[in-house]
Amino acid sequence: MAKGVMIVAEQRDGALRKISLELAATARKLADQSGDEVSAILLGSGIEGLAAQLGKYGVDKVFVGDSPAMEPYITEAHAAIVAKVVKDNDPAILLMGASVQGKDLSSRVAAKLATGLATDCTDVKIADGKLLAIRPMYAGKCFGEIVTNSNPAMASLRPNVFPAVENAKAGAVVKVDAAVDAASIKSKVLEVQKDTSGKVDLTEANVIVSGGRGMKGPEGFSILEELAGVLKGTVGASRAAVDAGWKLQKDQVGQTGKVVSPNLYIACGISGAIQHLAGMSSSKCIVAINKDAEAPIFTRADYGVVDDLFKVVPELTAVCKKMLA
Amino acid sequence: MNIIACVKQVPDTEAQIKVKADGSGIEEGQIKWVMNPYDEYGVEEALRLKEKNGGDVTIVSLGPARAMETIRTALAMGADKAVHICDPAFDNADAFVVGNALAAVIKTLPHDIILCGQRAIDDDAGQVGAMLAEALNLPQLTLVTKLDFAGSSVKVIRPIEGAQLLIETSLPCVVTAQKGLNEPRYASLPGIMKAKKKPVDVKNAAALGIATEAKAKVAKTIPPPARAAGKIICGEDPVQKAAELGRLLREEAKAI
Ligand SMILES: Cc1cc2nc3c(=O)[nH]c(=O)nc-3n(C[C@@H](O)[C@H](O)[C@H](O)COP(=O)(O)OP(=O)(O)OC[C@H]3O[C@@H](n4cnc5c(N)ncnc54)[C@H](O)[C@@H]3O)c2cc1C
Ligand SMILES: Cc1cc2nc3c(=O)[nH]c(=O)nc-3n(C[C@H](O)[C@H](O)[C@H](O)COP(=O)(O)OP(=O)(O)OC[C@H]3O[C@@H](n4cnc5c(N)ncnc54)[C@H](O)[C@@H]3O)c2cc1C
Repeated sequence: MAKGVMIVAEQRDGALRKISLELAATARKLADQSGDEVSAILLGSGIEGLAAQLGKYGVDKVFVGDSPAMEPYITEAHAAIVAKVVKDNDPAILLMGASVQGKDLSSRVAAKLATGLATDCTDVKIADGKLLAIRPMYAGKCFGEIVTNSNPAMASLRPNVFPAVENAKAGAVVKVDAAVDAASIKSKVLEVQKDTSGKVDLTEANVIVSGGRGMKGPEGFSILEELAGVLKGTVGASRAAVDAGWKLQKDQVGQTGKVVSPNLYIACGISGAIQHLAGMSSSKCIVAINKDAEAPIFTRADYGVVDDLFKVVPELTAVCKKMLA
Repeated sequence: MNIIACVKQVPDTEAQIKVKADGSGIEEGQIKWVMNPYDEYGVEEALRLKEKNGGDVTIVSLGPARAMETIRTALAMGADKAVHICDPAFDNADAFVVGNALAAVIKTLPHDIILCGQRAIDDDAGQVGAMLAEALNLPQLTLVTKLDFAGSSVKVIRPIEGAQLLIETSLPCVVTAQKGLNEPRYASLPGIMKAKKKPVDVKNAAALGIATEAKAKVAKTIPPPARAAGKIICGEDPVQKAAELGRLLREEAKAI
């Protein structure tokens, strides 16, 4: 009978990504309700050493597929190995990250296993001995409670939402064969163009300072960069700012941009259109700085300042600098 | 070149979504229906591929009778023909069922490249492209912002967190589109007139011969959690307000 909670850990360049720790801690919490085991699948090349870190966050057993064929990530290769390890070990629940890679992989694995998958969940629990996955639908205008009747019940978890709590377990390594038939792999990564700005991606940032049409132009964003610099955050943008060419597509937050959930989201000169709210509503603390008291962003903000952002933001930067000094 | 574009009809992004009192779904009465915005990028890319390389574009859509309007929109943009999978048996379909249904149709059509949106903005599952690719045993390239066709393969740009990947894949393959790929065109008036005469093949579940039982079920639909009313920081002086905001963020919200 299917038993236990399994996660698929994600690593890049030999380091575990934060979502992997969030997955491990969440799996631990679910498994502890029934006294079950937490296992992890870890794929890559030269990555066996990372298993111990997963152990620290509550993983009992780590299936390590260490092979040059696993680096860089290719959907077909990873999906084949993950599906095989899952079939061999028959977990009741399979969790992955709703990161770019996790979304790509989880859908393909769900198809291979002919099972149900709840994408981008913001909460997971056990109800009647089964996984109940809670996820925003219609851009967060409502939520769905998803139940899967096939095994394993799959869910992908929204990054930055679930706490990564330490809870040391064995993290014992079980090696798995990660060789793939090269002829079956049709895709090839020709080039990795790294963002050299050193900025944390919006989906993983703890603090986001976003600007909209109210920034008046690309130069306006420099005051947001300064605030973000002090708060160790990343600068985001509304679609209006991206479409005007002031920021890049990768900086866009919202329904046709990125979905983010930082600890702190500061919206400057953003009106709060429904499509923008879709991308940032799950942030833990929302601040709005807008000169129009009627702007819809204020309906979602925990803290609001009605004033000219060009006066407020530099002051806020100075205040924060002092506090953090 | 034989190009397939999968389109889904979804509520307009401005639509008010009201959960039914019994939690069994949403009230559909007042909703204005449109083509999923990501599918507009897919259709546009399909048309550009055809314009450059010749061939034809087939639209495939699964949905109730009202989805025909969205299919006509895609035809008015310039697609050549369409298949409409329409059957109440799909009312509770999940991404697995939808992916298999689309695959069952696409299998019967010549196909070099299949374009989907990266996700449908109603259910936001983002699964159908991959489900379809698996069902057809084809490679998938998800979340693509640039696509170059080079004879028997495609090269795409796929942004990931903190980087962009340049990936090459042989044809046929499934590509899912996201914003940045192109600027979708509007249907022209002559386009709309022509679309009325373009062939749409309507198929029911029996014609596809696939299981329609969903793997994942929306057991309940619930309204979003209520957010406590926020604090508006009052005063005349922006300097004072900024200082108060900083203090609250540090002491009350513990966010700094
Ligand atoms: C009343 C109601 C009940 C539902 N019940 C369930 C349920 O019980 N279980 C469940 O899992 N889901 C259920 N759903 C959601 C289900 O029908 C989704 O359509 C399905 O899971 C696909 O996910 P998605 O639409 O988010 O597509 P995504 O995977 O987000 O779509 C990605 C892309 O795939 C293509 N695509 C998706 N759907 C279609 C389509 N129909 N035709 C053509 N192309 C398409 C498009 O190119 C789209 O951009 C329900 C929805 C409603 C409204
Ligand atoms: C299908 C679809 C998808 C979309 N997807 C997205 C998406 O992913 N993300 C997104 O953001 N939008 C999206 N949009 C666009 C969305 O509808 C809005 O048009 C957009 O979010 C508006 O951006 P904005 O708030 O920056 O601009 P505006 O709505 O113009 O707001 C500017 C705000 O700045 C304020 N302001 C101006 N000057 C100052 C000043 N000196 N000090 C303080 N405040 C000032 C104004 O009061 C105003 O509230 C989408 C739209 C559609 C139709």
